[in-house]
Amino acid sequence: MGKVATREAYGAALAQYGADTNIIVLDADLSKSTKTDTFRKVFPERHFNMGIAEANMMSVAAGLATTGKVVFASTFAMFASERACEQIRNSICYPKLNVKIGATHAGLTVGEDGASHQCVEDLAVMRALPNMVVLSPCDEVETNLAIKAAIDHDGPVYIRLGRLAVEAVHDAETFKFELGKGVQIKEGNDLTIVATGLMVQESLKAAELLAAKGINARVIDMHTIKPIDKDILAKASKETGFIVTVEEHNVTGGLGGAVCEAICDTAPCKVLRIGVEEKYGKSGTPAALLEKYGLTAQAICDKITAAYKGE
Amino acid sequence: MDKLKALELQKTATIIRKYVIEEVFSAKSGHPGGSLSCTDIFTTLYFDEMNVDVKNPKWADRDRFVLSKGHCAPALYATLAVKGFFPEADLYTFRKVDSYLEGHPNMTYVPGVDMSTGSLGQGISTAVGMALAGKIDNKDYRVYSILGDGELEEGQVWEAAMAAAHYKLDNLTAFIDYNGLQIDGNITDVMNPEPIADKFIAFGWNVIVVDGHNHAQIKDAIEAAKTVKGKPTMVVCRCIKGKDVSFMENQYGWHGTAPNQEQRDQAIAELDEKLAAIEAEIAKEA
Ligand SMILES: Cc1ncc(C[n+]2csc(CCOP(=O)(O)OP(=O)(O)O)c2C)c(N)n1
Ligand SMILES: [Mg+2]
Repeated sequence: MGKVATREAYGAALAQYGADTNIIVLDADLSKSTKTDTFRKVFPERHFNMGIAEANMMSVAAGLATTGKVVFASTFAMFASERACEQIRNSICYPKLNVKIGATHAGLTVGEDGASHQCVEDLAVMRALPNMVVLSPCDEVETNLAIKAAIDHDGPVYIRLGRLAVEAVHDAETFKFELGKGVQIKEGNDLTIVATGLMVQESLKAAELLAAKGINARVIDMHTIKPIDKDILAKASKETGFIVTVEEHNVTGGLGGAVCEAICDTAPCKVLRIGVEEKYGKSGTPAALLEKYGLTAQAICDKITAAYKGE
Repeated sequence: MDKLKALELQKTATIIRKYVIEEVFSAKSGHPGGSLSCTDIFTTLYFDEMNVDVKNPKWADRDRFVLSKGHCAPALYATLAVKGFFPEADLYTFRKVDSYLEGHPNMTYVPGVDMSTGSLGQGISTAVGMALAGKIDNKDYRVYSILGDGELEEGQVWEAAMAAAHYKLDNLTAFIDYNGLQIDGNITDVMNPEPIADKFIAFGWNVIVVDGHNHAQIKDAIEAAKTVKGKPTMVVCRCIKGKDVSFMENQYGWHGTAPNQEQRDQAIAELDEKLAAIEAEIAKEA
């Protein structure tokens, strides 16, 4: 199977589920990039371009939602989660309105556009909002089901999506998506890697490299950052005693933060947080950037090996 | 508007103004100036125009209202209570910890409140969303919103203004409480938003300028807005901040200050006097 970006899967899912006339899609002059144009081609009467005005778009989405609509508002993760953060907080989350934020171009793998467009803080920011659900799917199949779950959920949802085409992790025939439930995709008892987004693919490869060194890592795909799956984490903590989080996001406040908070309450263990280390991004190819910021399978394997041996 | 109707609206407005004073006095905090300033817009909307059902506040086909300048919740709550959405006695719980009458309006627990507001600039955008939904669904309901003149300094207002004109939202009528004052002083000194009417005209709106304390003029503007096709309407209402309480009128210091016992008594006495005069005139007319 070929590689597919989660933003592509998002646009396709909107078109797939968009026959429901209650669904409205807003964009901010990025519909070709966010892929909401895939929806527009099928349902032009329910796609509205709000122009380069993200703050207004989020509040307009809220107003639409007060009338019973399910509203998707899309732009890059950078401009959704930070330019329009207060609108998401006060117009959407505070009144718990049914707005879904389709935030594409998250993380470093935006690539050549560089740091101004590479959002590595959105999980932290969006996760801090009461009433918000935060999803971060890793592949096409998971994205499709995440969009379905977002539609079925009554309330605000932030969906973190990527620009880069990625390999499939899940099988469309058998994969079950449950909002708030992490998915164990590889068994192992020496340690647990909890990954999200396209770091799931890298983590699976890292687990293979670790296996060659005799380290047997469990791998969990954490597609829901909030509410985080406390049970799967407590189990991993108790059974493996060492958790490694891997995310294409700053090491502060994202998946790593969420995991630490969760096990703090249930079963504390040693945690290694792998991610962007308090830095902004850079221009470059996605592959070069993952290399530079230490987010390739090899770099992940090396960091884990050092920490594991140091135990 | 016939004389009796005008007098009835003045009477209702004065009752609402008394409640504004009582709310802010019992909470020992809140915003009297801007609430007294926009009371006549509220009175005209809720007692001579809007299609709402106090028994069914979430009725799908109702007209909608968004208080974009959410700090004037005292006027909104008093209007909704007098209209019958909830007991007038509850107004005395304003801003108390167990009350549903939050400092700024919350749509999830106040009957009759259509949108949660308080952060300036966002309310008008949500009203645009409601009006857009009306167009998508081919509904006849209309959407109303009140903004402050200081609020116009928020960039988001102009994003919303652009979007409302772009999508030809002629089912949206907004009002600016043009009282010339914000927290730190005159709007023209703090950050001049003038010329206000010209700006909205330039943004593609139908603009009507009225005396914001004249119910007949406000009502006529609302009616005129309904006849305009393809454009939203902005009613620029010349208002007096602190209207009808002598010592609060045109004083920016009363933007967000609660009266003490003595000041409350004087304010209520002035409003009672006004109420008695209106009632005497009503008796003469009837
Ligand atoms: C985004 C935002 N910034 C600041 C405030 C604080 N604030 C509350 S009222 C106000 C002044 C509003 O002036 P105006 O819009 O003229 O209101 P009015 O005179 O009608 O009371 C300010 C700055 C706020 N509520 N929201
Ligand atoms: Mg003002």
